[in-house]
Order: sequence, then C-alpha cells, then structure tokens
Amino acid sequence: MSLLERVDAIIDRHGAEPSALIQVLLELQGELHWLPREALARVGERLVVPQSRIQRIATFYKAFSLVPKGRHEIHVCMGTACHVRGAGRVLDKVKELTGIAPGETDLELKFSLETVNCLGCCALGPVMEIDGKTHGKLGAEGAATVLESYE
Amino acid sequence: MSEIQLEIDGRAVRVEEGTTILAAARKLGIAIPTLCDHDGLEPYGACRLCIVEVDSGGPASRRSRVAASCVAPAEAGAVVRTRTEKLDRFRRTLLELELARAPDSPRLQELAREHGARRDHFDGDASFCIHCGLCVRYCAEVKQLHAVGFIDRGIRKEISFLPEIAGRECEACKECFPLCPTSYLQAAYVLMRSFVVPSRMK
Ligand code: SF4
Ligand code: FES
Ligand code: FES
Repeated sequence: MSLLERVDAIIDRHGAEPSALIQVLLELQGELHWLPREALARVGERLVVPQSRIQRIATFYKAFSLVPKGRHEIHVCMGTACHVRGAGRVLDKVKELTGIAPGETDLELKFSLETVNCLGCCALGPVMEIDGKTHGKLGAEGAATVLESYE
Repeated sequence: MSEIQLEIDGRAVRVEEGTTILAAARKLGIAIPTLCDHDGLEPYGACRLCIVEVDSGGPASRRSRVAASCVAPAEAGAVVRTRTEKLDRFRRTLLELELARAPDSPRLQELAREHGARRDHFDGDASFCIHCGLCVRYCAEVKQLHAVGFIDRGIRKEISFLPEIAGRECEACKECFPLCPTSYLQAAYVLMRSFVVPSRMK
C-alpha cells in the first residue's frame, strides 16, 4: 500500500469530516510513527481543513511528531519517585546503549527517546515504558536487558 | 430578537440580546481598552485587556465576576463597571507581561503609559508576538487564505507562515501587517520569504 492509500484507508474509517481530524492524525501517527507532509496535505484536502489548523494541532500535542520517530518509543520516567530510586542511572544506560538523548531518534529509526514526569506507577520505580509496555524496578542492568529484547 | 437593559458605569443602556458588553459600552461612548478585538473579526478573547467587573443574576443568585467584555454577552439587569482599582491592577499586569514580549511596540507603550505599566517589570525574551491572533484570524476569516497560523504551545507558541500558500498569496496582500500591535508579523514574513525566495535576499 502506498502512503496515500494508507492515509485514505484511515480517513475512510473515521469519515471525511473536519471533526475526525484528531482521530485521523492519532491513527496516522500510530501507524507511521510520524506525520509526513504529503499525508497531512491529503488529510487537509479530504477533511476540508486548512493546513494551518492541522499544523497548529500537530505541533500542540506531544503525541504528534512532524519528524520521523523510531519503531520503538522509549519513555524513561524522571518523576520524583523514580528519580530518588535512581532513574538517572536508567536514563544514562539507555542513552549509552541507543546513542541518543531525550528528544532524539537514532539513524536506523529503531528507537526514539523521551523523558516523562510520572507514569502513574511510582511503586514500580524506576520505570521505563516502551511502546506502551511498562518495565519496572529497573537498574542500569535491567534497562539493558529490556532494550536487548527489542528488534 | 428582544432588547435588554443593563447598567454600565452608572448609566443605563438598551441593546439587542446577544450584544457584547464591549459593544454596549461603545454605544454609550465609554471606551474600554482592547488589543485583540477587531471590527469584522469574530471575538477572540485573547488579550484580556477589555476586562470589566460584572454583577449579574437575580436577587437570590447575585454574583460578581471579572469578564472579558469583547466576548461576554450583555445580560439583562447586569451592573457593569469598566474602571475600578482592581481592573486597573489586572490591566497593568497584563500589559507588563505583554511588554516583556514586545518591549518596543508603540501600541503597547501607549497603553502602558495610560495604565502606569512598567516596561521592564518582567524579564523575558522578547519574541515580539503577543498572540493576539489578529493576523491569523484576519487571514482565515476575511481573506480565507489560511496563509499564517499558530504553531507549538505555551511559551513556545508562535506564528508561522505556510510557505506553499504564503509564497503564492502574501506578496499581493500583506493586509495583516498593519493589524499587528507589535509589528512582529512584518519581520516574520520577511524572514519566511528570505528562504522561500532566496534571490530576494539582500
Ligand atoms: S504576529 Fe502580531 S498580529 Fe499576529 S498574533 Fe502575533 S502579535 Fe498578533
Ligand atoms: S515517578 Fe515514575 S512512575 Fe511516578
Ligand atoms: S479585546 Fe477582549 S480579550 Fe482582547
């Protein structure tokens, strides 16, 4: 399927209405891991939404990215509870192994790294989430083992 | 539509239901300072400079609040005050925040003089844009071109021209420039054009 066919399929699922915009963008982001320009142009055309509004929304929410993201999205928790239990060591290990800093994506588009301020499961700290799956009670060693399990 | 009556700064006024407090005050010749309000554009309520104190509701549910008069509809029986010590204080702070963003804006300086706002009360990186939305709304509502929009959020929010549209339309229009209270727009446009049309760079 070409990019535009995939975009069209998503739009067809939600209905080509201006009110479907955020749902369509979310699904595109989930499938492609970013929002390419041609995809946004198609969304604007079919939903009859000006590109300026799409840009405003795509830059407002952190869930959207206008640059390619890796296949796996790592969120290392730096919240207070995780911090006092050594989240810094987890983050350092992840940075070392992936070669990227928070906000970055590696060249093979394997990992993107972000820090967050609490994942809501402080008792499991230090916590790191990858593609929505939570890995708790991590140290530097544990983080390394977890990372190795991702292709 | 029915008419309603309210009181603004001690004077009675009758207006159509749905009229904003700002429009009702203007009918009486009472000037309320505004920045983001513009004839011909939808009310936006961004700058909050047009705040007034409103007492409204029936005898049992009477309440007092501060409202942005450009978006708040006039209510029957309401008592509105446009100049109070509290409002002046709020306006002064609003202006000081905006001056941190656009310290050299003549329009802001004029308002600051009227309200005793200090130009350097707040530290901040001058970004020139105070997010009044006049350029964005004018381009969308009047010209229906959507050549300029907001991107990002919070302290990083800024205007951005869409090169595909701006390159085609802006040269012949530029009608949003004079609307900007800080003249940021002009700079941004020139900047944008400098990379869309490099040959124009001096
Ligand atoms: S650039 Fe000027 S007109 Fe446009 S939103 Fe900013 S302050 Fe308002
Ligand atoms: S602080 Fe990390 S999950 Fe709450
Ligand atoms: S004029 Fe009312 S909020 Fe700006």
